[in-house]
Amino acid sequence: MLAKRVIPCLDINAGRVVKGVKFEDLRDAGDPVEVARRYDAQGADELVFLDITASSDDRPTLFKTVEAVASAIFIPLTVGGGVRTCADVRALLSAGADKVSINTSAVLRPDFVTEASDRYGVQCIVVAIDAKRVSKKGQPPRWEIFTHGGRKATGLDAIEWSALMVAKGAGELLVTSMDRDGTKSGYDNELLRAITDAVPVPVIASGGVGTLEHLEQGLSLGGADAVLAASIFHSGQHTVGEAKQYLTRHGVTVRSPAPLAFTI
Amino acid sequence: MEKIGVIDYGMGNLHSLGKALERVAGNQRIVISYDPEELIACDRLVLPGVGGVKAAMNELRRLELNQMVVEASRKRPLLGICLGMQVLLDRSEENGGVPALGLIPGDVIRFPDPPRDAVERLKVPHMGWNRVRQTRPHAVWAGVPEDSWFYFVHSYHAAPVHAEHVLGSSEYTKVFAAAVARDNIVGFQFHPEKSQSVGLRLLGNFAHWNGESR
Repeated sequence: MLAKRVIPCLDINAGRVVKGVKFEDLRDAGDPVEVARRYDAQGADELVFLDITASSDDRPTLFKTVEAVASAIFIPLTVGGGVRTCADVRALLSAGADKVSINTSAVLRPDFVTEASDRYGVQCIVVAIDAKRVSKKGQPPRWEIFTHGGRKATGLDAIEWSALMVAKGAGELLVTSMDRDGTKSGYDNELLRAITDAVPVPVIASGGVGTLEHLEQGLSLGGADAVLAASIFHSGQHTVGEAKQYLTRHGVTVRSPAPLAFTI
Repeated sequence: MEKIGVIDYGMGNLHSLGKALERVAGNQRIVISYDPEELIACDRLVLPGVGGVKAAMNELRRLELNQMVVEASRKRPLLGICLGMQVLLDRSEENGGVPALGLIPGDVIRFPDPPRDAVERLKVPHMGWNRVRQTRPHAVWAGVPEDSWFYFVHSYHAAPVHAEHVLGSSEYTKVFAAAVARDNIVGFQFHPEKSQSVGLRLLGNFAHWNGESR
């Protein structure tokens, strides 16, 4: 039986892991290789790196970081942030990323997703869906796609957009609730459920985790295949191992790493 | 110095596989190449691959690697991974049906799409970590715990004709062949290079395997 995945997310700025609230107050949180090794040892099933480096001149730094991390850990690695062209996708895959996450560029030009997945395979193309609830209380729920860190509305319906992205060749969706991101109040499980019911590809839940219970809810209420979290792990509040123990106790199938097979 | 050849025919990214082999291969050299002569001179061969089977077979033929693989498979340890394992069989039903290398009798077939009203809709591709049961003893399983978790990404799976060619099984919508073996050939549907420590152990076992099937 397929395990539900637990995925720590790391923000990368100029070759370092950083912590901050909504892209502000960035603080250094360590060397990407060391942080990646720590989560790998704790039993992370995958890692997601989001490059938030402001300047595109720093792209080579990102490639070096991806290469260093991919040489040190042997679990799947997804890299996103600033992916605009097939050349960007190729450069990240060559550096050692297993999957590439496309966000704003998909909104600007949906066919980019098709081009990338035709060339490199659907299995390595993740589309990031940043959605915000736009319906008022009492109305049927409706979410829209936002870009630029949640600042720019696009008018696109999030559920229709998700289905379109899968039709265009997305192999997986990374669904972030912009309302919940950074709030520690739990995923928007209604949003997740609406998308997981609508698409045939795996969905990663993101945005809003404050407790281990939230992870479990994203899987059970939201129907997600994987749960992504950042601050709950970075702050030391919980290890990935604790998250998996919690999920196991609540009847979720997760991978338990075999510690003895080979020392990395 | 012994050499492990990784067949680079443009089907996917070989960075992780190369790094993982370097980690486990002892003092062997890792040769990543599309040159049949350079590859046939290696002591062990790895045929990786992600993508579609038609493109894979076309590229193997275009680079004159298909005959090299068949020839190499007669005398040295050969490992197929993911799509590289699927092309070891007779034929794949992907891309409308494509004849493959025919080193292991059987077909490669698609997972059935789940009925809309299924209680839990199992998605295709089968993507993520799943357990592998070791269905028969083999040198590559040494030190790998039974029912270990491995990382999979695929929509099609091997269906060998002979049960003795199934080396390990996994379960997703049904029980399927997650690993195959015949004589000095082994194949994994999952990605050992992405399967953390157990994956490295398995790759290390292959890297030191002499090709004897017991």
